[in-house]
Amino acid sequence: MHAIIAEIIAKYNYWIYVVLMMIGFYAMIGKRNLVKKLIGLNIFQTAIILFFVSTGVKRGGGIPIVDKHEALLHGVDVAKFVNPLPHVLMLTAIVVGVSVTGVALAILLRIYREYGTLEEDEILEKLGR
Amino acid sequence: MTSSNLHLYILAAPLLGAFAVNLAGRVSRRWVAPLTLGVLAFSTAASIVVLGRVLQEGTIHYTVGNWRPPYGIELVIDPLGALMLLLISAVALTATFSAVASVARDLPGREHLFFAMYLILIAGLTGLAMTGDAFNLYVLLEITSITTYGLIGMGSGRAPLSSFIYIIMGSIGACFYLLGVGYLYLLTGSLNMADIARILQGLHGTAALATAFAFILVGLWIKMAFFPLHGWLPNAYAMAPTGASVMVAPLMTKVTVFLMIRVIFSIFSPAYAFFQHPEVQAGIVWAAALAIVCASALALAQRDLRRMLTYIIVAEVGYMVGGVWLANTQGMTGAILHIVNDALMTLCLFLAAAAISSRTGSLELAGLRGLYRRMPVTMAAFTVGAFSMIGIPPTCGFFSKWYLILGGVEAGQWGYVGALLFSSLVNAVLFFRIIEIAFFPGDSGPGHEHEKIVIAEAPMMMLNPLVVTAIALIAVGLWSGPLVRGIIQVAIPGGF
Repeated sequence: MHAIIAEIIAKYNYWIYVVLMMIGFYAMIGKRNLVKKLIGLNIFQTAIILFFVSTGVKRGGGIPIVDKHEALLHGVDVAKFVNPLPHVLMLTAIVVGVSVTGVALAILLRIYREYGTLEEDEILEKLGR
Repeated sequence: MTSSNLHLYILAAPLLGAFAVNLAGRVSRRWVAPLTLGVLAFSTAASIVVLGRVLQEGTIHYTVGNWRPPYGIELVIDPLGALMLLLISAVALTATFSAVASVARDLPGREHLFFAMYLILIAGLTGLAMTGDAFNLYVLLEITSITTYGLIGMGSGRAPLSSFIYIIMGSIGACFYLLGVGYLYLLTGSLNMADIARILQGLHGTAALATAFAFILVGLWIKMAFFPLHGWLPNAYAMAPTGASVMVAPLMTKVTVFLMIRVIFSIFSPAYAFFQHPEVQAGIVWAAALAIVCASALALAQRDLRRMLTYIIVAEVGYMVGGVWLANTQGMTGAILHIVNDALMTLCLFLAAAAISSRTGSLELAGLRGLYRRMPVTMAAFTVGAFSMIGIPPTCGFFSKWYLILGGVEAGQWGYVGALLFSSLVNAVLFFRIIEIAFFPGDSGPGHEHEKIVIAEAPMMMLNPLVVTAIALIAVGLWSGPLVRGIIQVAIPGGF
């Protein structure tokens, strides 16, 4: 039991991302409201963004801004800086996520104008008639 | 503008064209069609030159912005990628003629918006065929997906709802792919495909690598609508505006199958993907066989021509996934040839559906009565497409199916071979049912026996690309020998 808890604590960032991902997944599948599904999708994407960002962290690492002269004279001690690459990648992923959300919201607007509701059950009922 | 960068202009032309179309289209709608067609014609011509160059001089490596790989984004155009570039730009160009005609009718006043998204989608697809960077692939995948969501959402009736379901499913697929890339980055510290492949050689057999592979594969399967994950496709493609479906349906799933081949060969290795766990490889071929059988059966249940075609697309994805995972040269040849052939067949059938719906307004099977008399040219081309789907020589569908069956026999995967034959039979039933309905005249009441038959073909803008595609189906079939020997067997990546 102790071993399992120690394992969870040692890799807590992975556990958090898995839990968040499952929350988002549940919202996408279990919720009947289309906006809640979209929020679930956003939680899902955020979980992956957090996963990436957490992988760049180093114990005792600082902000990766390097003084040019210092670096040319003494070189760079990589252990002193967090890895900036995952953060940069996630900037792009955030942009992608925002675009998806934007398109989805625009489409939700059209759905609302068409059916007058955003509840999946009611829409399906109207389609059935 | 130097010709050594020609491959980059294949991508840049539609991307810049999209902005030009949006701006010029606001001034006058007359600019939209010539600009779109011009840009795509340029891309097609450039792809032909690039394909010739790649076949002569070997793979082109290009570093964008002169940032050297593995730090910068690298474009890699190997023979397979060059073939895909030509396929994408040629299919898009042909489909655009029909799209111009149907968008002018379906979405009057919004042509510039439609074609701006349409061109960005094509730019994204050409980018997917060239990129050599795993994260860049994710971004391009999302560019193509987001524009597709928008294009489908422009349809009427149920289209926005289908598009929303596609957004949820498609984003889950993209997130899975991204997560897989994340694990690869943790393992190797690199995002360049060639660099990852080099570092991974010593890491085969770790659990993290298997996780990465599984996430990437499932993500791509969702995007390509591999059978149990196909739920979003039939509604989305059947509800999309006619102008969007003639381009999206032939290209999106096929390009994603190409990406699967790319990922297996350029990031992982065939030794890892196929041969390290033979039971996984055999299981995926069985899943493909199941996909073919179930999707074909579902196609039988449809009463609308376009919905029926969407289920056939799902079955065809099963063909290609199975062909790749047969893990032998015959199967891989068949899968790549089928990417080309299936794009052309789907294009032919969707163009025919667009032409029919422009005249009859509906694609209910029962409403197709007497079409052979009213639209003889359209139905002749439809018949060629149908024969190709069934796999009757000399249409091209026969040859790729032949390679797939040979591959299945060589691998001893009798379930897959059986599924292919079953699906051919089902396709024969499906299409001969339509041909029968359309061949006999409508129920004209008594006294109307000598009713004059009015020939009412679709407009030339829809008819011409359809005829060209039907001829291409037969031409590709007749020349599939040179195509396989000259391009595809060169294109099959090393290690095979």
